[in-house]
Amino acid sequence: LGSQCDSHKMGLLSVVCVSLFFSSTFAVDRGNFKTCDQSAFCKRQRALKPGQSPYRALLETLELSDSRLTLQLINDNNKVHLLLELYRLQGNMTRVKINELKPLKPRFEVPDVLIAEPPTEPLSVLSKDDNGVVLSLGVKNQRLIVSARPFRLDIMQGPEVLLSLNSRGLLAFEHLRLHKDTTETKNKDGESDKEEVGLWEETFKSHTDTKPNGPTSISLDFSLPGVEHVYGIPEHADDLKLKTTDGGDPYRLYNLDVFQYELYNPMALYGSIPVMLAHNTQRTMGIFWLNAAETWVDISSNTTGKVRGSSENPQTDVRWISESGIIDVFIMLGPKPSDVFSQYASLTGTQSFPPLASLGYHQCRWNYNDQEDVKSVDQGFDQHDIPYDFIWLDIEHADGKRYFTWDPHKFPQPKEMLQGLMDKKRKMVAIVDPHIRVDSGYKIHNEITSKDFYVKNKDGRNYEGWCWPGNSGYPDFTKPEMRAWWASMFAYDQYEGSMENLFTWNDMNEPSVFNGPEVTMHKDALHGKWEHRDIHNIYGLYVQMATAEGQTRRSGGVERPFVLTRAFFAGSQRYGAVWTGDNAAEWDHLKISIPMCLSLGLVGVSFCGADVGGFFKNPSTELLVRWYQTGAYQPFFRAHAHLDTTRREPWLFGPENTALIREVIRQRYALLPYWYQLLYQAHKTGMPVMRPLWVDYPKDTATFTIDDEFLIGRDLLVHPVTEEGSRGVTAYLPGAGEVWYDVHTFQKHNGAQNLYIPVTLSSIPVFQRGGSIIPRKDRVRRSSTCMENDPYTLYVALSPKKFAEGELYIDDGHSFNYDTKKEFIHRSLTFANNALTSNNLCPNCNFLTSSWIEKVLILGASKPSKVLLKMDGKETPVDFEFDTSMSVLTLRKPGMNAGADWTLLLQ
Amino acid sequence: MTCVHLLLTLVFAVSLGTPVEIQGPRGVPLTSIQFYVENKPFTCLDGSRTIPFDRVNDDYCDCKDGSDEPGTAACPNGSFHCTNAGYRTMFIPSSRINDGICDCCDTTDEYNSGAKCENTCKELGRKEREVLQKMTEITKEGFLLKQHLIEEAKKGHQEKQIKVTDMQENKKQLDEKVEVLRTVKETAEQPEKEAKERHLKAWEGECSCLYSESKQGYISLSPHRWLVQLPSEAFYRYVTEKYSCTSYVSSSCSLFPYANPTVLWFTAAQKARDDFEEAEKALREMDDQIRNIEKELSFDFGPDAEFTYLYSQCYELTTGEYIYRLCPFNRVSQKPKYGGSETNLGTWGSWSGPENNKYLLMKYEHGTGCWQGPNRSTTVKLTCGKETVVTSTSEPSRCEYLMEFTTPAVCQEPANTDLSPHDHVEL
Repeated sequence: LGSQCDSHKMGLLSVVCVSLFFSSTFAVDRGNFKTCDQSAFCKRQRALKPGQSPYRALLETLELSDSRLTLQLINDNNKVHLLLELYRLQGNMTRVKINELKPLKPRFEVPDVLIAEPPTEPLSVLSKDDNGVVLSLGVKNQRLIVSARPFRLDIMQGPEVLLSLNSRGLLAFEHLRLHKDTTETKNKDGESDKEEVGLWEETFKSHTDTKPNGPTSISLDFSLPGVEHVYGIPEHADDLKLKTTDGGDPYRLYNLDVFQYELYNPMALYGSIPVMLAHNTQRTMGIFWLNAAETWVDISSNTTGKVRGSSENPQTDVRWISESGIIDVFIMLGPKPSDVFSQYASLTGTQSFPPLASLGYHQCRWNYNDQEDVKSVDQGFDQHDIPYDFIWLDIEHADGKRYFTWDPHKFPQPKEMLQGLMDKKRKMVAIVDPHIRVDSGYKIHNEITSKDFYVKNKDGRNYEGWCWPGNSGYPDFTKPEMRAWWASMFAYDQYEGSMENLFTWNDMNEPSVFNGPEVTMHKDALHGKWEHRDIHNIYGLYVQMATAEGQTRRSGGVERPFVLTRAFFAGSQRYGAVWTGDNAAEWDHLKISIPMCLSLGLVGVSFCGADVGGFFKNPSTELLVRWYQTGAYQPFFRAHAHLDTTRREPWLFGPENTALIREVIRQRYALLPYWYQLLYQAHKTGMPVMRPLWVDYPKDTATFTIDDEFLIGRDLLVHPVTEEGSRGVTAYLPGAGEVWYDVHTFQKHNGAQNLYIPVTLSSIPVFQRGGSIIPRKDRVRRSSTCMENDPYTLYVALSPKKFAEGELYIDDGHSFNYDTKKEFIHRSLTFANNALTSNNLCPNCNFLTSSWIEKVLILGASKPSKVLLKMDGKETPVDFEFDTSMSVLTLRKPGMNAGADWTLLLQ
Repeated sequence: MTCVHLLLTLVFAVSLGTPVEIQGPRGVPLTSIQFYVENKPFTCLDGSRTIPFDRVNDDYCDCKDGSDEPGTAACPNGSFHCTNAGYRTMFIPSSRINDGICDCCDTTDEYNSGAKCENTCKELGRKEREVLQKMTEITKEGFLLKQHLIEEAKKGHQEKQIKVTDMQENKKQLDEKVEVLRTVKETAEQPEKEAKERHLKAWEGECSCLYSESKQGYISLSPHRWLVQLPSEAFYRYVTEKYSCTSYVSSSCSLFPYANPTVLWFTAAQKARDDFEEAEKALREMDDQIRNIEKELSFDFGPDAEFTYLYSQCYELTTGEYIYRLCPFNRVSQKPKYGGSETNLGTWGSWSGPENNKYLLMKYEHGTGCWQGPNRSTTVKLTCGKETVVTSTSEPSRCEYLMEFTTPAVCQEPANTDLSPHDHVEL
C-alpha cells in the first residue's frame, strides 16, 4: 500500500496528509513530484545540446594490461582529467568506466549489484595512431574504436557500427569541487558573479536539499544505428516500446511512492532498473547503466513520425543522466535476445527460484481484520472449492504498526492461526516494512538505536520521518552489519508468533517518507560516508536482500525464501518477487499490467505481478473476472484491495462469477508444473518467464510493439481481454509455417496471422505452440502442496512436421536441495518419428517422485493402429482414444513414473 | 450379495445400532450403490458411456461426470461420499481424497496419503447432538417466547389501535372545543381592542407631541416614557402650539394607567386567550401521539408482529474499544469506550434477508460518512436465542458493519425430531 492517507489510521498524520495528498479526484498529484526542469542537475544537463564534445582522449596515457585498457580524458574547457577504463568481458560484453582521475574525494560506486567482479577477456590493440586506437573484441571481427578528438567510442562489427558512445558529445562529468572554487573560477573566467541556481542548494516545495558536495552529475549519450525499438528501464506505467522523449520529460528512474499513479507517462515509480534493450531484426543489445542515484533517460529517434521506407538509416539515440556517482556502463552485445538475457544474468544474477507454492494464488487485502476473519476467508475457499496457497496480512496486523509484532486483540494467537493454515498445507505472508516506529517500548527500535543502525540526517542525528506508525526511523540497509542483524530478526525465536509457513512482504521501501521531499528520504541524509543521493535507488533492494537472507537463515539455509518487494533495483531479481504497486480498479490499469511486467521480465525480474482487481477503488464484476483471467497467466498472481474498498473475495459476486474465477484459478494450478519449470529456467539462464513476442520471434517486425498479448515461456501465447464488454479480440499468432492450438478447444490455427477470436466472459484466448510439450497436473486441489504427488498429463502439441519437445522439472518444491544436493528430476520430452520419449537431462541428479504420467494428449495427431509403451526393455500396449474432429489422440493411463526413461510408440 | 440381501443386512445392522460396513466401490453413497455392480460394465451416471467395471476407481477419469472415480481424485468434478458412522454423512470434492488433509471424520478420504487421521465421528456426533440438543432447547424455549411476543404484540397492536380510535374520537371533541374557544377568545378580544385604542388615543393627545419631537430633544426611556433632554421655554411653546397639547410634561411622560372598565375587558380577554391556547396545545399533543402510534403501527414487525417488542428499545455490546448500540427500527451507533463522540453507523433502512425469509437481516444505512469513503452502514444478522442480545460486531469492509443479534422472534417451530445416532446413518 502506498502513501495513502486516512484520518482513520493516521491520527497525527492527517495534517500531513491533507496538505500532501488531499485530492478528491483519482489522479496522481503531479505537483508532488519533480519534472526534469525542477531537478537542478537534470535541467542543467539537458540544457547541453548535442555538438562538439569538449572531451579529448590523451592517447599517450593509454595503458593496456591483459584485461583492461586505461586512458585519460581531458575536458578542454576546464582541464579536468577523467580516467577511462575499458574492459572486454566474457560473454560478449564491454564495460566502460569513467571517473575523475583525481577526485577531491572518492565518488560512489554501486556495490552489491554485480554478483562478482565480471570475468574479463584479453583486449588487443589492432592499430593506433594520433587519431585513435582500434582494439579487437575477439569475437567475429568486432572492434572497439577509441577516437581521440573529440573523444568517442564506437563498437563495430565488420563495416557496421553497432553502438557509439559520446557520438553526440553529451559526455558531461561534473567534477567534485570546493564551494569557494566555483565562485572564484567564475570570477576568473569573467563570467557572471551570480552562482548558477541549484549547484550548492536546491529547494523543492518546502524541502531544501543542502548539497555539501555541490554539482556531481554525470551524463553520456549512446547512438544505436539501425535501431528503432528500445525497451526496458522500468519502472514506468507505459507501453512496452519506449517512446521518444523529445518535447517531454525524460524517463525518470527514482524510486518513489507515487500515490494513485497515472498511466502512459515517463514519471518515476517504485523501482528502477537502469537497463535498456535495443532490438532490430539483426541483433539485440543491452545497455546497463550501473548507477543508483536519481537518473533520467532521454530517447530520440530519427524515424519518429516519419513514413517508413525513407532512405535514412533509422537510428535511436539515448542519453543517460545521473545525479552522482560515476559512469559505469555495461554494453551487452547479444546478438540474440537470449544472449542479452544471459549476459545481463552473468552480471547481476538470475531470478531467485521461488518455492512452488508461491506460484499459486495469493489472497490479500488491506486488511484481513483478525484471526477470525482469516479463518473464515480460508474456509470460504474450501466452501467454494477454489484453490489458494497464501493469505496475506497488511499493516494492521502488527501492534501499532510495529513490524515483527502482532496486534494483541486482533491476532492474539498467531501460531494457532498459522497452524490452522499449515493443517491445510497453506501459507501466510505478513508485511514487514523498513520504517521503524520510534518508540522506546519497541524492541526493534531499541536495538537499532543501541547498535546505531539508523540512517542519519545531514547533522549526524538519527533521520526521522513520518510513515504508517507516525514518527519513524529508517534502518541503514546499506550497512552489511545492519542487514545481518535484520536477517537475524526473522529467526523463529526472535520473530514471535512466526512459523515456517510465514513469509514476508516488504512494502514502502523506496523508502516512503510521507513528509519527505517527493514522499521519500532527503537526499542529504547520510548512510555512513555516502549521501542518500548516491544510494537512493538501491535502498529497496537491500531491504529485500536482508529479509530474504533472514528467511533463508531461519531454516539453517535449507528452505527457499519468499519475499515480495515494491521497490527494486538491478539485481533485485535475486531476492524474490516484485509487484507493480498501488494500481487501481480500472480497465487501463489491467491493460498496463502487461507492459509493466514484460518490461521487468526483459531486465531480469521474471517474478512480477499486478494487484488483481486493482488496489484503489471497487472493480466492476466484469473487470474483476477479466483481471483474474489475466492475473492467472502472469507470474505473480495475487489479488489485493485497499482498506476503503468493499470485500471482493472470489465468491462474493454470485455463483456464475464465482465459477468463472474458480475456473481460471484452476487453470493456473493445472499449469503449475510448466510455471515452475519456467522459473527454474529463468533461475538457471535468465530467460524471462513472461515475454514479449519479439523475444522468440526476433525477426518478425510485426511483434516488435505488441504489448497486449505475451508469451509464457516459449510455448503459451496469452491474449488477455482488457476492454469492457468485449466480444472478441484480435491476436497476432507469430511464426510463419507454425501452428497454434487453442488450449480450450484444441482448434488449430496457422502462425503469422492476425486472428480474430470471439470471446465470452468465460475465458481469454490462450494458445499452445505447435511443436511444444507442456506438462500439467489436471487434478487441481485446494493448494499446490496438496498436489505434490499427483500424476501429470502431457499436452503434446505437434508442429506441422509432427514434431514437439518440452521439459519436465520436478523437485521437492521448497528447499535448496535441488542446488546443494542435486535433488531434482529434469527430463527432456521429445516427440519425433511417431515416438514420444523422455530422456534424462541430469543423469547425476537424484530425486524420487511418486508422480506418474496419467495421460498423454497429442494435438494434431493422426490415428494410430496401436500404441506401445517401451520401458525397462519391455513393451506394453497402451489404450487410446482418437477424436477425429480435432485430431486429438488421448493415451489412457500409460502409468510410467515421471522420473523414468520411457518411449511411447505410435504405430 | 444381491441388492435385496444387502439392504436387508443393512436394515438389520441399523436396527442393532452397529456401524454399517458399506459394500461396493469406495466413495459411493448407498443411494447409488445399485449402479456399481461388480464385474458388470459400468455406465457413467450421465449415461455418456459404458466402461468395463475394472475401470471404476482405477485412478483414471473415464466419465465426463466423474462418476467412474467416486473413490479416487482422478476426476476434476468427482465427489466422494463418506459414511461418517456416528456423525453425519458427507460428500467432499474428490480433489480432497488423499491430499494429506483429513476431511471425513471416519478417515476414509485419506486411505493412501500417509496422513495420520483419527476417527472423530463419535466425538463429533456427540458434540453435534449436544449442540443440536441445546439448539433445540433454545429453539423450543425461544419459540415459546416468540408465541408470547406475538400475543403481546397482538394485544399491544389491538390496544394501540383502540387507543388511536379513542384518541381520534377525543381529538374530534378537542377540535370542536378549540373552535368554540377560538370564538370566545375573539369575542372577548374585541372590547379589549377598542378600549386599548381609546386609551392610546387619549394618551397620544397628551404625550405624542413630545413623542413625535423626540428627535429634537427627547430620549426614549421606554415606549411610553420620554426624558426631556434639553428643555427650553421656547421649545415647549413651539411644541404646545404645533400639537395643541393641553399640557406637557416637564421631565417625563408615561402612558397613564388604564381606567377600571378597560382593565376588566383585558382580564376577560386574557382568560379567553389562555383557555384557547391550552386547548390548542392539547390538540397538538394528541396529534403527535396519534402520529407516533400510527407510525409504530405502520412498521413491518414481521409476519406475526413478533419484532414489535424491539421497538423503542436499545441493546448494547461493549468490545475492546467501543460500545456498540443497536436501537432496532431506529439506528445503530458506536461510541469509544474511553470518551469521544458517538458515530452513527446507520439509521433503519429495511429488512434485507434472503427472499425466503427477509426477516433474518436488518439493514441500517446512511450513517456518518467515512473519510474519503462511503457512508457507514450496518447489517444486523438475527439468530434464534432465548435472550435479546447483541452477540458480536465486526467491520468486514471498511465502514460496513456486521452485527449479530439473537432474539426469540426468529425462532422457528422446532421440528419434532427424536435425536438418536441412527438418524445420521443414511439409508
